[in-house]
Amino acid sequence: MEANSIKQKRTGIVLFSEYKRGEGISKALEIGRENILFEVRSSKLKGRGGAGFPTSTKWMLTAASKADEKFIICNADEGEPGTFKDRVLLMEYPELVFDGMVIGGFTIGAKVGIVYLRGEYEYMLSFLEDYLEKMRKDNLLGKNIVGKNFDFDIEIRLGAGAYVCGEETALIESLEGHRGESRNRPPYPVNRGFNGCPTSVNNVETLASVPHILIKGGDWYAKVGTDKSAGSKLFSISGDCKKPGVYELPWGTKISEMLKLVDAPSAKAVQVGGASGICVPESQFDRTFAYEDIATGGSIMIFGKNRDMLKVLKNFMEFFVEESCGQCTPCRIGNVKLLEGVEMIEKGEFTFDYINKLKDLGKSMQIASKCGLGQSSPNPFISILDNFKDEILNKIEAK
Amino acid sequence: MEDKKKSRAPVSQQSFKVEKPTDLNTIGGTVTVELNEKKVSVPFGTTILEACRDNQIHIPTLCHHDDLCVAGVCRVCVVEVEGMRTLQAACAFPITSPIKVKTSTSDVRKARRHVIDLMLSEHFGECYSCIRNNNCELQSLAEEYGVDGYTFGHVTKPTYEKDLSSYSVIRDMSKCVLCKRCVRTCIDLQEVGVLEAIDRGDKTHIGTFLEKPLADVICINCGQCINRCPTGALHANDPSDEIWAAIEDPKKHVVIQTAPSPRAAIGECFGLEPGHSMTYQLNSALKRIGFNGVFDTNFTADLTIFEEGTELIIRLFKALVQKDTSVALPQFTSCSPGWVKYIEHFYPEYINNLSTAKSPQQMFGAILKTFYAQQIGIDPKDIVSVAVMPCSAKKFECNRPEMNSSGYQDVDFGLTTRELAKMIKEAGIYLPEMPKQHFDTPFGDASGAGLIFGATGGVMEAAIRSVVEFVTGLKVEDVFANANVIPVRGFEGVKYYEIPIAVVGPVPDILKHLVPDWNWLKGATLKIAVAHGTANAKKVMDDIKSGGKFSECHFIEFMACPGGCIGGGGQPIPTSLEIRKARAKAIYEEDESLEIRKAHDNPYVTMIYEKFFTEGPCGHLSHKLLHTHYTPRGKYIS
Repeated sequence: MEANSIKQKRTGIVLFSEYKRGEGISKALEIGRENILFEVRSSKLKGRGGAGFPTSTKWMLTAASKADEKFIICNADEGEPGTFKDRVLLMEYPELVFDGMVIGGFTIGAKVGIVYLRGEYEYMLSFLEDYLEKMRKDNLLGKNIVGKNFDFDIEIRLGAGAYVCGEETALIESLEGHRGESRNRPPYPVNRGFNGCPTSVNNVETLASVPHILIKGGDWYAKVGTDKSAGSKLFSISGDCKKPGVYELPWGTKISEMLKLVDAPSAKAVQVGGASGICVPESQFDRTFAYEDIATGGSIMIFGKNRDMLKVLKNFMEFFVEESCGQCTPCRIGNVKLLEGVEMIEKGEFTFDYINKLKDLGKSMQIASKCGLGQSSPNPFISILDNFKDEILNKIEAK
Repeated sequence: MEDKKKSRAPVSQQSFKVEKPTDLNTIGGTVTVELNEKKVSVPFGTTILEACRDNQIHIPTLCHHDDLCVAGVCRVCVVEVEGMRTLQAACAFPITSPIKVKTSTSDVRKARRHVIDLMLSEHFGECYSCIRNNNCELQSLAEEYGVDGYTFGHVTKPTYEKDLSSYSVIRDMSKCVLCKRCVRTCIDLQEVGVLEAIDRGDKTHIGTFLEKPLADVICINCGQCINRCPTGALHANDPSDEIWAAIEDPKKHVVIQTAPSPRAAIGECFGLEPGHSMTYQLNSALKRIGFNGVFDTNFTADLTIFEEGTELIIRLFKALVQKDTSVALPQFTSCSPGWVKYIEHFYPEYINNLSTAKSPQQMFGAILKTFYAQQIGIDPKDIVSVAVMPCSAKKFECNRPEMNSSGYQDVDFGLTTRELAKMIKEAGIYLPEMPKQHFDTPFGDASGAGLIFGATGGVMEAAIRSVVEFVTGLKVEDVFANANVIPVRGFEGVKYYEIPIAVVGPVPDILKHLVPDWNWLKGATLKIAVAHGTANAKKVMDDIKSGGKFSECHFIEFMACPGGCIGGGGQPIPTSLEIRKARAKAIYEEDESLEIRKAHDNPYVTMIYEKFFTEGPCGHLSHKLLHTHYTPRGKYIS
């Protein structure tokens, strides 16, 4: 595998900066749990999967949970349409991800870390396994890691291709061999997760940020980005632009700045956060990527002037109809109804009254669905119909 | 054994059961919450739903069922919890901090209505053409939320083909709302695990292993899923049209036997509170419907005590006196056809432990087409034998190929309590106002021992009432006050009891040809156990397999359904622990009101051994007609 062929070109403030394998682990084992938690807390690192839960809190809760066995799980399901940053991290910066896992495992008191790898990433498996083997040889995994009294190992499990398994409780169900379905919360995985044990589920990027934080300090990290959104973020940028790819940008970057960077002068819309995200029209391109403005897991799709936004919406809704796990009513049937609504508009056979009813339904889905999937699936429906109403209506009238 | 079993349902279908504090006065024992701005104090770990119920706040539910683990999937019970971004499922949310809950804000009402509208959009059929009309939870919800149209459309064609393969349970998945109660009933309550959700998204449906028809998988026909289905997606295979046709056919002599559990529950179908026994009103209703003979299944329950009890004595004698190591002990009861199929599938290596005695239903069937046919001088081919049972598995049982020892199918139709209620209504009869009438000759009214077969522990109690008197020569009343064997009663999942035999009496005439005396039992301790619900049966079986204390038992009563027959899959819907307790109470009260309460005091049983089964219990003829054999099925599915 030519893992490092592109690496030379990447530069970035945190993740794409220099790091020596094992450095973070040694530091972590040297400074101890409390200091790790302190650094991570002062870094203000939040979960990079999209939900933005403070990482130090998650680790603290898992560490505080009383149990004989604990787990740290690296969520590498990367299923959100339009995101491919974890793939880059895993293939080009595995040292960051795995060192982060070891540090996390040490902090929460786990002996086993599990990478839940997206089924479609099976091709990475042998590379990653080889990498772990090397770590074992170098005493970065296994017994008495770097000579300190700490045992930890990592195993990799493959997902079976369900989008919902990116949701942490559904991921755990899947790991346990059940259907990928989200669980009721509470209990939260930090108290009762994999096999009933306290479990911290962290995104690949979150874990990859940790070694840098330990080496350079939480305060250093917190200086990057904005006050409420500390540090940097990886963006998977695709669509109508000249330079698509994975970019590391500080939080607080404006959409317009991002568009300039990737050379997309004719963008009329940017879908932020993948299928479950929101669609931002040109008039709002001065908005920023930040937890306090537009929070995102990093999937960015750029739509140029000639794109049909109704088709874009239809594509997203078809995705949700298929990917709903089917357990809760609002998500299972609601998405079907929203898709039907899109098809009605497509044919010009609709009433505004009914479409408004569907938007209302979407709002109920956002608050009444069991997990994040159904809670976010109406986002594109609502945001695209609101922001591109005139365009869609003009098109239908022209028919 | 009292440990809370580890659920086999996926955690996604379980709620977080917070251990409730035993002493509510300890610090943190209770939490003060605000329910609709009213402050109340609830035990730590109470769910929002429970807290609301205790405070007269009605929360609609659909996927929630008191007997089952919590799924939290229908989202009908959502409520607002202050500070939380999304609505929370009241059934699945344990209260562990002083939260503020609002149960009917506009967001909540709108979300609930949306959920109901969505379910209705995919729920095929119209209420008036549904078996669950007026007894459907979806219908009630629609009424409660003022649904007067299909906001999001309505399917006009069935989405799935009906599965008519099973003798017992019919699945009409076009009416399924995917509440998963059946899935949880099967895997968690009963630990059978035939049903599971298949596919995802809008293609999600409840299916079986490899989507096989229900008749071809390891379904035990207990019908517990039917009792818990909120809609008409699951129902029993109804033979009432064929029964009507037989009644109207002048050439046919149609007889019916009624089991005790339907009689204790059928009143519920006529609007009575659970717990009213309708035994004698039912007799006159059945006569008016046109049955030529109405008999009491308890007669053969009494007979079962003789046959099964004798079999136990023979097994014990062989094992203890003749040191025959091939004898299978403990002996298991075999009256519950759901249990029988369960053991055939799950523990086939233990089928020799099953008593070979047929169930009371099948014994009666065999007698009706032999002895009874002779008595009244009718060709058995013209007899149509119906059994009203609390049970869906009885439909399968009467169709077992081996159940034709009379030369004909011994029992032609198994009819559930619900189906009989429907026939009675169709005949224009309001059951509670019918006059009381006794059972027909030549089998008459049976003993209270047969009657209590309906509740868990009943078979064991009936057996104890006879065995104690047979062996010790004492009156059972001298051992158990008022002949009530309290230790085997009640709804505890598994009961264990020991009866020391201090004295022995003379061997009664009817058993003299089998054992010379009882001296070999003197000083022995009879060890017995009772389990109801196959999940509890599984515990006992696993214990036996690992050589635990239940492997030392002599006799174990197993019932497939929670609560025994009174909680059977053919009983009126809904079901709950309270309802099952009320039905059991009705049965025990009726037992106490009877003069004859021991199987061996039933004069008609004595009569049939004198007149027909002249070789006595476990003799040749009784072996032919009253005993059967079993099939080791395993889990192999072709």
